[in-house]
Amino acid sequence: MLKIKNLHARVEEKAILNGINLEVKPGEVHAIMGPNGSGKSTLASVLAGREDFEVTQGEVEFLGKDLLDMNPEDRAREGIFLAFQYPVEIPGVSTVNFMKTALNKIREYRGQDTLDAVSFLTMMKEKIKLVEIDQSLLNRSLNEGFSGGEKKRNEIFQMAMLEPKLAILDETDSGLDIDALRIVANGVNKLRTKDNATIVVTHYQRLLDYIVPDYVHVLYKGKIVKSGTKELALELEEKGYDWIKDEMEVA
Amino acid sequence: MSVTTEKKNFTQELIASFDLSKFKQDSEQRKKALAAFQSLGLPEGKSEEYKFTPITKLLAKQFKAEELYTSPTPAVSDVSALIPKAFQENCVVFVNGVYNPALSQLAAGSKVVIKPFQEAMATHASVISEKLNEIKDNNDPFALLNAAMWQDGLFIHVPKNTSGEKPLFIYHLHDANASKVTSHTRLMVVVEQSAEFSIVERTDSLGKNTIFNTINEEILVDENASFSYCKIQNDSGDLIHVSNTTVHQKKSSRADTYTFSLDGKLIRNNLNIIIDGEGCESHFYGLYLTDGDTLVDNHTVVDHKQPNSFSNELYKGLMDGKSKGVFNGKIFVRPHAQKTNAFQSNRNILLSDDATINTKPQLEIWADDVKCSHGCTTGQLDDEALFYLQSRGIPKATAKAMLLYAFAGEVLEAIKDENLKQYIDSIVSERLHKSF
Repeated sequence: MLKIKNLHARVEEKAILNGINLEVKPGEVHAIMGPNGSGKSTLASVLAGREDFEVTQGEVEFLGKDLLDMNPEDRAREGIFLAFQYPVEIPGVSTVNFMKTALNKIREYRGQDTLDAVSFLTMMKEKIKLVEIDQSLLNRSLNEGFSGGEKKRNEIFQMAMLEPKLAILDETDSGLDIDALRIVANGVNKLRTKDNATIVVTHYQRLLDYIVPDYVHVLYKGKIVKSGTKELALELEEKGYDWIKDEMEVA
Repeated sequence: MSVTTEKKNFTQELIASFDLSKFKQDSEQRKKALAAFQSLGLPEGKSEEYKFTPITKLLAKQFKAEELYTSPTPAVSDVSALIPKAFQENCVVFVNGVYNPALSQLAAGSKVVIKPFQEAMATHASVISEKLNEIKDNNDPFALLNAAMWQDGLFIHVPKNTSGEKPLFIYHLHDANASKVTSHTRLMVVVEQSAEFSIVERTDSLGKNTIFNTINEEILVDENASFSYCKIQNDSGDLIHVSNTTVHQKKSSRADTYTFSLDGKLIRNNLNIIIDGEGCESHFYGLYLTDGDTLVDNHTVVDHKQPNSFSNELYKGLMDGKSKGVFNGKIFVRPHAQKTNAFQSNRNILLSDDATINTKPQLEIWADDVKCSHGCTTGQLDDEALFYLQSRGIPKATAKAMLLYAFAGEVLEAIKDENLKQYIDSIVSERLHKSF
């Protein structure tokens, strides 16, 4: 589904990604872990098409297409979804209207009919149950005045509505208490199918207790330096990132 | 010869060519205004009040002095397509500054007196002179020019306890297809005790020749009365427009004003709210969406003369192309006006590198027990918000329109009349290329 080959990226003059290689197949969950500043969030942003980063080398193929050649909206329409670490507050745009616009733009792109108001609301009600979000929140301005947990839940609600093929969760656990974490993780798990895939970017192992990964990759200085199964995450939790750093310095 | 001297000559030429004697009505007031205008002159480059708005330079470039008050005969015969359906049953149409009874239609059975100003000067002489005495003279040069040279106008009298009347739509159409056009119009609105009334005023233009239009508006809102006033300026033509609007509020009255400036060449709105009674409420909103080389200048003054009143001002602007925005908001709280609450906010977004905004809040507070605040911000479109919307599959152009519409939405939301809200929403949506 996703093939990243030798990906290099920088922001202004600073190189952040220094040769990432990663392949994600349908049905898989990959966790990307690493210390602060290792490039985790940059990788998520580059995949979603954030313009602040300049790709200097490498290629990314998504479902057989050149992902780096697409603008952010086309990436979304092809099936990429980024759950933001810091969801943006947009006064004056309600989540409901936002989602209706987004969904219909995606459907247009895929040559499907746009949804009428009734079908949209029916769909929305289903998804609301799935992610346990309060409907009154969705009629309010997008994320404006939402708590950290509400914002993250809204991200998962949007993910449920847009049904992406590849979801990238960027530090979705940051700022969440344990209850909110469980609700968000449950939402993600319920949305998993054999046809879609998830990349979970996180600093801590605790999210992975709820969203169990098939593979864990450790990112350090813009490179994947270690890959393994979920046990690697537990080992990291126990030994800390210094273990990786020390190993790298020795090498 | 310096530029300043040229402008002075332009004022002098204008006055020398102007023949006061051809106006039979209002001659004393005209004479007084002309004398005051003469000593003040058209605003020069150094004029503090017109510092960012080079209107005299533009007028001198486009018009000969005597063209600033002469007006050709209009030829428009049908405006029904231009006036929204919801307002067609109660509308007054001016074409090139001349009241057009054939195109106007007034609601039947209304208690409100609506008639041309010249006619009202005969029929309502005492009301007019009594009310005009209550209003202090406006010393804006264009207000004085209008007071001396006005050609036509409208008088509106809303008797005591009147309510449930249809809003009045006033349509100022300028037909500049054949030649340049000048018009000076005056309007007087008296809303008596405990009455309610609302007016929607729109300027529009046909043709590409330059138009110079001034409007003087004197509005009196008596005790317990409520008045709503909405201006829509959306002229595709080359309009140079100055409005001077004074709202005089008495005890426990309420005034809501909305100013939408979407197109035109140069627009200057002087809005003066005088709160001369306790327990008043005053809300004034503005939205200016400019593009091309349009200049929109809003100068507002709210003068709290009496205690225990509330005023709230919100003006928002989006500037694109090479357009210019100017905002100046003065709040005066007189020594006697304790327990005043006065709030002001001006927020701007610049959409291009060549667009500019000059914004200046001016608070002068002499009372000590008051709550006043002001804030102005100028920024650009939020890239992070744009990316967020795009990352959900929304094309950049749509995402941009969504953000701009949301920015403008705060002002649209403040409109209480549903018909009016829909009408303005449609104009603003079209202007912002809303397609979602």
